[in-house]
Amino acid sequence: MVNVFIEKENKNVKAEARTVKELLEKLNINPETVLVTRDNELILLNEKLNNKDEIKLLSVISGG
Amino acid sequence: MTCKNCIGKPVIQLTNNNVKLCKNHFIKYFEKKVKKTIIKFNLIEKDDKTCVAISGGKDSIAVLNVLSKIKGKDKKFRIEAILIDEGIKDYRDKAMKDAASFCERNNIKLNIFSYKEEFGYTLDEILKKLKIMPCSICGTLRRYLLNKKARELGFTKLATGHNMDDEAQSILMNQLRNNMKVNARLGPINGIKKDSGFVKRIKPLYLMTEKEVASYVFLKGFNVRFAECPYSDVGYRSEVRDLLNNFESKYHGTKDSIVNSFLEILPMLKEKYKEESSLKYCSLCGEPTSKEKCQACVYVKKLTD
Repeated sequence: MVNVFIEKENKNVKAEARTVKELLEKLNINPETVLVTRDNELILLNEKLNNKDEIKLLSVISGG
Repeated sequence: MTCKNCIGKPVIQLTNNNVKLCKNHFIKYFEKKVKKTIIKFNLIEKDDKTCVAISGGKDSIAVLNVLSKIKGKDKKFRIEAILIDEGIKDYRDKAMKDAASFCERNNIKLNIFSYKEEFGYTLDEILKKLKIMPCSICGTLRRYLLNKKARELGFTKLATGHNMDDEAQSILMNQLRNNMKVNARLGPINGIKKDSGFVKRIKPLYLMTEKEVASYVFLKGFNVRFAECPYSDVGYRSEVRDLLNNFESKYHGTKDSIVNSFLEILPMLKEKYKEESSLKYCSLCGEPTSKEKCQACVYVKKLTD
């Protein structure tokens, strides 16, 4: 189970996922729209996730 | 799994060619590609005085940073920043602080103008008075002020933070609305006709995706909010953006293809609409426009009536 902070919605969720790609699919978030970080480092879609990882999803979309 | 150029851990996979890069090589790649874009499209010429339209958001801060790096110690290369405060509570005021501290740290002069001072109302106040699409009136008033103030300050080029995603969205929106005349004004340098009243707008991030720009700003550690304008969701653009992002994640390189195929037909579009685009001066404010009164004055009149 990983802990995920979704910055755009300012909320925390828990999810079961083996990779970043799987996590985003479960949360129904398009990978084009977020930066995925762990320990303040960017991680790729195929990165393996571990139990209790703290993941942050930063929205890349900014307007104006 | 290592970076394409070294044994470092990759932090990004470029969408068009599946290349993976570490932090340092991605930052180098990004800055080099922006410089190449400036050279390829001749965005900045020798005697230009360039100002960067900044919002405090990631795109304009990225442009400002790369341009100030290019400037280096060249005293002839003049760069300043210009910021329009639309008056969006809890959004622009926070972004303005980020912009001001970035400029101060990098020794860049920041010029600030506001809707309140120039038009008498903040955007929040305007939208309470008029039932109108926020992005439509905000875009008009912002472009009007940016052009007017940049010209008055003596700048010859106005750099904006428009990235590849913005451009692909605009191209597709205009096609979906059968509005090719508006498409003719797009491209890395805006506009169809030359006029001393217009400061040419340039887009140094033209070939960088929104995600690449966000990654650059994050990796550089700039204190920038990745926040979306509270009014932006109501627009047609956000639907086109979602559509393009869905396509991009399924078919990598979609945005790149849209923009690059558009660049092939852009010279023909500019030629075709050159004669049709009449240039006049607004009878109320004297700013360049295609109609008798410019759209900014039309909106301001509606506000005061």
